[in-house]
Amino acid sequence: MDYITSIKPLLTVLVSLAVIPFLIVTSKKPNIRESCTFIAGGVKFLLVLSMLPAILAGNKIVFNMFEIASGVSIAFKVDGLGMLFAIVASSLWIVTSMYSIGYMRTLNEHGQTRYYCFFALAIFATIGVAFSANLLTLYLFYEILSLATYPLVTHHQDKKSRISGRRYLIFILGTSIALVLPAMLYCYHITGTLDFSIHGIFASGQISKPALTVVLLMFVFGFAKAGLMPFHSWLPAAMVAPTPVSALLHAVAVVKVGVFSIVRVIVCIFGIDLLASFNLGVVVASLASITIIVSSCIAMSQDELKRRLAFSTVSQLSYIILGVALLTPQGQLGGIIHIVMHAFGKITLFFCAGAIFVATGKKYISQMKGLGKQMPITFAAFFIGALGVIGLPPTGGFFSKWFILIGTIESTQKLFLIVLLLSSFLNAFYFLPIIYQAFFSKDEKEQNLPVQIKEAPLFCVIPIVITAIISVILFFTPNVFINLIKIALGI
Amino acid sequence: MIKTFYPALLVIAPLLAALLCSGFSWIQKKFCYPIVLVGLAISLFSAFKLLMIVLTSGTIQYRMAGWAPPFGIEYRIDLLNAVVLLIVSAIALINLVASHKSVLQDMKEKLGAFYSVYVLFVTGLLGVVATGDLFNLYVLLEITSLTSYALIAMGDPDRSPIASLNYLFIGVIGASFYLLGVGYLYIMTGSLNMINVADILQNLHGSSAVLIGFIFCMLGLWIKMALFPLHIWLPNAYSYTSISVGRLIAPLMTKIMVYVMIRLMLNVFGFNYIFETLELSKVVVWIASIAIIAGGVMALAQKNVKKIFAYIIVSEIGYMVGGAWLGNQTGMTGSILHIINDAVMTFALFLVVGNITFCLKNAHLNNFKGLFSKMPWTMAGLVLAGFSIIGVPPTCGFFSKWYLILGGIEAGAYHFVGALIISSLICAILFFKIFEISFFESSIQNKQQNEHKNHDKIAGITEAPVSMLISLGLTSATLIILGVYSDSIVKNIITPFLTQYKMVI
Repeated sequence: MDYITSIKPLLTVLVSLAVIPFLIVTSKKPNIRESCTFIAGGVKFLLVLSMLPAILAGNKIVFNMFEIASGVSIAFKVDGLGMLFAIVASSLWIVTSMYSIGYMRTLNEHGQTRYYCFFALAIFATIGVAFSANLLTLYLFYEILSLATYPLVTHHQDKKSRISGRRYLIFILGTSIALVLPAMLYCYHITGTLDFSIHGIFASGQISKPALTVVLLMFVFGFAKAGLMPFHSWLPAAMVAPTPVSALLHAVAVVKVGVFSIVRVIVCIFGIDLLASFNLGVVVASLASITIIVSSCIAMSQDELKRRLAFSTVSQLSYIILGVALLTPQGQLGGIIHIVMHAFGKITLFFCAGAIFVATGKKYISQMKGLGKQMPITFAAFFIGALGVIGLPPTGGFFSKWFILIGTIESTQKLFLIVLLLSSFLNAFYFLPIIYQAFFSKDEKEQNLPVQIKEAPLFCVIPIVITAIISVILFFTPNVFINLIKIALGI
Repeated sequence: MIKTFYPALLVIAPLLAALLCSGFSWIQKKFCYPIVLVGLAISLFSAFKLLMIVLTSGTIQYRMAGWAPPFGIEYRIDLLNAVVLLIVSAIALINLVASHKSVLQDMKEKLGAFYSVYVLFVTGLLGVVATGDLFNLYVLLEITSLTSYALIAMGDPDRSPIASLNYLFIGVIGASFYLLGVGYLYIMTGSLNMINVADILQNLHGSSAVLIGFIFCMLGLWIKMALFPLHIWLPNAYSYTSISVGRLIAPLMTKIMVYVMIRLMLNVFGFNYIFETLELSKVVVWIASIAIIAGGVMALAQKNVKKIFAYIIVSEIGYMVGGAWLGNQTGMTGSILHIINDAVMTFALFLVVGNITFCLKNAHLNNFKGLFSKMPWTMAGLVLAGFSIIGVPPTCGFFSKWYLILGGIEAGAYHFVGALIISSLICAILFFKIFEISFFESSIQNKQQNEHKNHDKIAGITEAPVSMLISLGLTSATLIILGVYSDSIVKNIITPFLTQYKMVI
């Protein structure tokens, strides 16, 4: 394994920051403005891909920016985990930008330049988190992401978004300052470093079990973007944002940054061995299990489609945490690959929710009876997305659930097996009726009207089809991602 | 010893400018501004030169008129005050440029007087920082204070004279305490030169007269720096004065007092005396922690943005005092770094207030409605400065907080760590309250206000003049630059300084 020094990680991160001035300058010409976004997205994705072969060959790409304090610097390091996350986020940025055009223009939203600028800023921070070489760099980009998403969440600038924005900030910014910052400084105080290392940064005997438990919990709850209960309620609140924001940020970028940070801390700060020796994986796994079950139950009671999806996201994020917290190779593999699989599945679902809103103005599930005949493509994609989230073939979601299941069997904790089975059942229970109703039942008022096909605009439908197809493709070729994880974890 | 005339030039240039300016204010008022500008530019240049010399060849000792200490007055420039001098002269100059227009508007007749007092105030500050003599420090401190009373009284005609009078009473008490303390030290040592006094004090560690002298000095400085609960003079004085003055005094005055405190702690009394002979540090760190929280809580209750920022200063003073008294190198590093960072941060905040008051005539929170679309550049500056105060990386506020928290953990002072974190949260609430008001209620409110009476008043707002915006932009950029280079500041300036004065454990 070699370390390759290259400026590519920095360039990849900076592309979406560099495009912002262009967006502002071209704000009067929407078509040129959106082309800028696409060019930046394309360049970013290609840069990520150009680093892929080196990573798959087992190398790591590093780039040091500057030292902040002795032993800590702002630095980038691309490894398997970061690469996996970067591929997902950068590819979906392109797709979402396309979807944004359809969504924002059809609904004639205000402040579109601001919207695209902060979107680019959010992706800048997301890739920054993915490529961080140490906890401080990760924290830096984590905070930038929190602040960059605020104007997106509150895009409508009305009373409802104001309240949601407040809740969003209190949870996200509050926890990161109050919990992560002191925990991070405590780790630095003890070890003198914050660099991610596959064996953790603590030498044996350097930290006692009570202290470790407290610091671990501070991290797990502090990265509230991961939505672990009781710090989850910002996510349903954030659904006031325009749907593309919910789709990319609150199903992929922001929430996955939270989970990714927790994975990084568990694997690369504490180290699997240390946690296993203190038997602390179970604590985190139990917290995740509670979140999985409770939020699935809440999801069932939600009538607003986006809120149901949000609670589903809360529960799915905890799958990832559960998988990693099992501390077994297969469990970690399953957890981390769920970052990818869930991303494609859930973004499809959100795109569909947005497309339904654009085409018909309907937000509530109870209004969607018989809508499947009117919007067959959308609901077919919705079906595939739902399968992906539930974890059924032929979608990639099957693999993540499969590996996590094996992980629970590998670890001696059989209780988590039951949690997984129960929650998959619950997932099916809150998704499938939507599809059934859409296709097979009829809205009583409109019973006699002839059904016409009325899909959302093309810019909305194409992204839906793309992500749905990728969800299926991932079932057949998940190997790239599996290899990346295996390289990163050394299994 | 390095022969250089820059320490003298640093102080003489603005002093001469003050004299010339008051002369010209009778003859031709329009010359006042250029004279002051040149004077301060020379100061800035000297400060820059001094820093370069100190960095390459070590401490500079300059004897006024060639008299050797302990009889003559000595100016000592080492790494710490070289940096502080640079900050002071830079802020004074930038503020002068930024406030040119509003001064013309507010002080038509008093223009000459204003500029003379302004530059005299800066002279005093520079002298306080540069001097190596305890009594000379008192004299210059009084020059600074007296000019600041005058400057503050030039604000709001109804309220600022009373605020200034209040400040005068308390300030005089503070200065007298300091003078008393110096008196005790002079009785015990027979010298007023800092280095000389420090040498003699080493044998007098048990003396109760020295202890009393120390406590008087500290009390005097705490009053002057507005450490809670000795802060009552500050919020009114800083918020009722005119913005061109507030912008100068608010970032500098309190920070310079913290600098003097650290200078006395490390250079005169010595690390061993304070942290080993005396056992005061725990008490002071507690006071500082309470100050941090109290400042924040009081800021939450305010409706005027100037007052909010004034209370934030009270809270920030707690940061620096606490860090300095933690008794370890990391805490002291954080405290010194925060002097630099906080001066720039506060300056940026008051520049924003200046831009807003210039356009809106007052800084009440209700007037902030829709400002993000009306004054985007000013608000961008506010966002950056706010993030720095909250402590969001990569702005400089994060890095001083980093050292302060780390110092707190090292010293086991978890109440101080807790106070820092809570204060960050309070600052987050404070700033997002302002952002919220300025971000929301824009598009919707405007539509309603179009039919409303005060339509003209709101719609007439445009961005502040370019000179103000450039100053703000420069300062905001400094926030990031200081953050990015904080490690080199610590490695090249603060750590060598602390090593020089044996503050390394």
